[in-house]
Amino acid sequence: MNTENLSPIILSLITFTPLAGGLLLMLFPRRDRDIRIFALVISLLTFALSLHLPAHFHREHAEFRFEIDKAWVSTPNIHYHMGIDGISLWLIVLTTFLTPLCVLISWNSIHERVKEFFILLLILETALIGVFTSLDLFLFYFFWESTLIPMALLIGIFGHERKVYAAVKFFMYTMIASVFMLAAILWLYAHTGSFDFVTIREQIASGAVSHFPAAGQWLFLGFFLAFAVKVPLFPFHTWLPDAHVEAPTAGSVLLAGVLLKMGTYGMLRFNLGLFPEQARQNAWWIMILALIGIIYGALVAMVQPNMKKLIAYSSVSHLGFVVLGIFSFTQAGLNGAMFVMLAHGISTGGLFMLSGILHERRHTYEISEFGGLASPMPVYAASYLVIVLASAGLPLLNGFIGEFLVLSGAFQSRPIYGILGATGVIWSSIYLLWMYQRVFYGKVTHAVNNSLHDLSGFEKWAVWPCAVAALVMGVAPILWLSAIDPAVQAALTPFVRVASRVVGQ
Amino acid sequence: MTMLFATLMPTFLPAYSQLLPQSADYIRILPEIVLSIFGMIVMFMEPLLDKETGQRVLGWIAFLGALSGIGATWFMAQAPGLAFWNTVQVDGFSIFFHALVIAIAAVVILSSYDYMAVQHIRAGEYYALILFGTVGMALMSSAVELVLIFIALEISSISSYILSGFRRQEASSTESSLKYFLLGSFATAFFLYGVALMFGATGSTNIDQIGRILQAAPVPTLAFVAVALMFVGLGFKVGASPFHVWTPDVYEGAPVPIVGLMSTGPKAAAFAVLLRIVFVINVHAIFWVIWIVAALSMTLGNISALVQGNVKRLLAYSSIAHAGYLLVAFAAAPELGISAAMFYTATYAAMNVGAFAVVSHFANAGERYVTLEDYEGLGRSSPILAATLTIFLLSLIGIPMTGGFFAKFYVFSAAVKANLIWLTIIGVLNSGVGAYYYLRIIVMMYMKESRKNVPVSPVPFTLRLALAICIVATIYLGIFPESILQYAQESAQTLVQPVAPQNNMVVPVSAVREPF
Repeated sequence: MNTENLSPIILSLITFTPLAGGLLLMLFPRRDRDIRIFALVISLLTFALSLHLPAHFHREHAEFRFEIDKAWVSTPNIHYHMGIDGISLWLIVLTTFLTPLCVLISWNSIHERVKEFFILLLILETALIGVFTSLDLFLFYFFWESTLIPMALLIGIFGHERKVYAAVKFFMYTMIASVFMLAAILWLYAHTGSFDFVTIREQIASGAVSHFPAAGQWLFLGFFLAFAVKVPLFPFHTWLPDAHVEAPTAGSVLLAGVLLKMGTYGMLRFNLGLFPEQARQNAWWIMILALIGIIYGALVAMVQPNMKKLIAYSSVSHLGFVVLGIFSFTQAGLNGAMFVMLAHGISTGGLFMLSGILHERRHTYEISEFGGLASPMPVYAASYLVIVLASAGLPLLNGFIGEFLVLSGAFQSRPIYGILGATGVIWSSIYLLWMYQRVFYGKVTHAVNNSLHDLSGFEKWAVWPCAVAALVMGVAPILWLSAIDPAVQAALTPFVRVASRVVGQ
Repeated sequence: MTMLFATLMPTFLPAYSQLLPQSADYIRILPEIVLSIFGMIVMFMEPLLDKETGQRVLGWIAFLGALSGIGATWFMAQAPGLAFWNTVQVDGFSIFFHALVIAIAAVVILSSYDYMAVQHIRAGEYYALILFGTVGMALMSSAVELVLIFIALEISSISSYILSGFRRQEASSTESSLKYFLLGSFATAFFLYGVALMFGATGSTNIDQIGRILQAAPVPTLAFVAVALMFVGLGFKVGASPFHVWTPDVYEGAPVPIVGLMSTGPKAAAFAVLLRIVFVINVHAIFWVIWIVAALSMTLGNISALVQGNVKRLLAYSSIAHAGYLLVAFAAAPELGISAAMFYTATYAAMNVGAFAVVSHFANAGERYVTLEDYEGLGRSSPILAATLTIFLLSLIGIPMTGGFFAKFYVFSAAVKANLIWLTIIGVLNSGVGAYYYLRIIVMMYMKESRKNVPVSPVPFTLRLALAICIVATIYLGIFPESILQYAQESAQTLVQPVAPQNNMVVPVSAVREPF
């Protein structure tokens, strides 16, 4: 079978397969086993479909691939326009990769309202993929807002003690920030007559948009605010620890793995793509905020007594690297930012799954409740170690490549940024390894922990793919970077290009 | 008879023929005629029917009346033009609002069946008044003569005054009715005063003519005051701030299905009148009044809704905020603004009538369960009802895939196009804040365990039908907004370029200074 035939509709297929699965699931009787199996089948099917993208992707070209462009509403001129380049390609695959793992990790941990849980999970997947495939600003905003409800409900219904507070905080923070983006999108439509990303980009670049010089800064900020809250960039990060701690494991995995990347993806695609001039002017303070995020996130992570909160703050720190890389406007920095996004999705997703497994057994995330777990749970400890090392940036695992590229980009931009950013690598190994030591080494301090059973079958299937992916990405980053590089190069064309061909290219 | 008269008369008495209504004139008010007839049938039938079983029969007659009204609207749509000496105008605009208000009435009638039984309300007058009120609303949208608009406004208002007092055992309902009546009469007086001043300023009460007169000459201050007074009167009817104070009390006391009607039908009609007045009588100075009222309504409505514990009051304040969003469209440029406002009224009707239908079913006998706490755990005890309400609430927030999203989108899009950046920012911020209180209801339903034992009776067929209509409309508008929007845009064109008057003889021609 020649799968190339699928190319024109593949993006729609990938985007809407989970939604169709979710809608079908509504018709299912409440037999939890069937529902779980069906959700797993759908998410695996979506993953399989998404593998079509890298298989048929022309790595040397920077144009959008697999495009579909159909008029949806004629006035205002809204198009169903989808297409991907090397930037969105891997984020889609990351989403479809993590979702089946989320299904597996929730297999035994969700007992109540199983049907609702998997329906929400699948709807969320559609919305997330849609964000990365849309090339029409309206469509983008449409999917962007659509992610809010399923995520807020996942946190609010299936979360832990303070779930309602966390869900509402998450919802309000991101909702209020994104209305500014809506205002900016409306302005662009009013002055260009189009929602199409490519058209608007060309019009702005050619100076054909009236009043743009005066409004450009505000438009940039409108988009930036929406993305900065999502990332979250310091000082907009306060919703994140709450949301993570209260969310169910699968929710945390998708939240950290994919939802945060919507913010950095948005910066890369829209802030840099549409407003290169303004991005350059604002880069200095954004980079400073990113640096504060890296260091502050790491320091706060270090003192957390709660494992999940620690991982949440480590996300703030890691995402700081991404923003630093993006606004360094160097090839290495952008490649690195993309790579950190993927690596963070895998490793932090893995960490959340692992801490969720522990929570299921002991109903607590407090680090002091554990200690010496390596002897009752050897497989678990080993898996945990791989993921922790990946997250801490050990060479040969995926965290290292991205951070290295980002830092070399930051050095080219301004050495002091590179130096300060590099301390983040040190901090991250301190807080992660210290946490690992307190949880797994030494003697078992609490008697209950002696009887904890090791990873079960489903849990292994959920965690090990992450570990394998972390290793493969660390050894052969070229597989990913070869697609990312041309896209990043195209994104940088409007900027003064700095020759910065570093490793792996 | 009339036909014969109309065809014969011109040959003999050409001068008088124009003074008599022609058959086309009647077709152009056919929906109003049909609705009135059905209203009277309901009233006559009531004493003839059994007290218990007759209720349902009356309901079905009323529903049939509303359906016939929609059919009559189709007939009316085949004969666009002016009628009754340029007092009634059938154009895309009035057809749209006819269909809308009659459809609202139909859904409200459907959702009232089981409410009537539970609350022990006599059905005859209730259904008849809904139909008569609808006549007034429908006529408001097609009237182009200020005095006729006033009469139509009164027809619709008086019905709603009575309807809001229908829970006779409840003191709050009587309070609601009385408050509504007193403040409402006060507001209509403002409107009438505005009409009088407008006549003084231009010598005409015909909207098209006033528009032409004011275009030709510099706008006298008197005309501005007149428009402002009319705006105050209509601002009261749509519940825009600072004329909104009645809304929460009246909504709290009135029967829930009637609140569903009041917050959509008369509002849609009043917005229709407002659209004609603002865009046809183009007095630019009114712009800032609208700007301020829109900003105030959005902000006050949303902020007050944040702290409400009673769902009816919460939705009342939310309706003030929505009136504000709608007024944003009025401040924008005509073509985009009119179509955006029309789309918004239609969407708002679908989601709000639906939301109130759920609330009314849930409230139970004597409207016992209307506080936020009562909704705790509804997602578990009655998942379908909760999911239905959730869809309406998401639409009110403006989440994609629902009509509410496109409605807000078009309004703000029109505002940005007209360079109203600040108003847009106030608007989008408000819609962010507004999300909070709708979300609170969803949180209560899904994320809290119920502490009280709130009984939820099974949903009867008629209510299911009503809810299904609202849901389909809400989601349809959220995915395929095109059809309705296109229609709204075409009718916006007819409003901006009014059809030429046919027989001018009743109008004092001397007052008209032709601009061409």
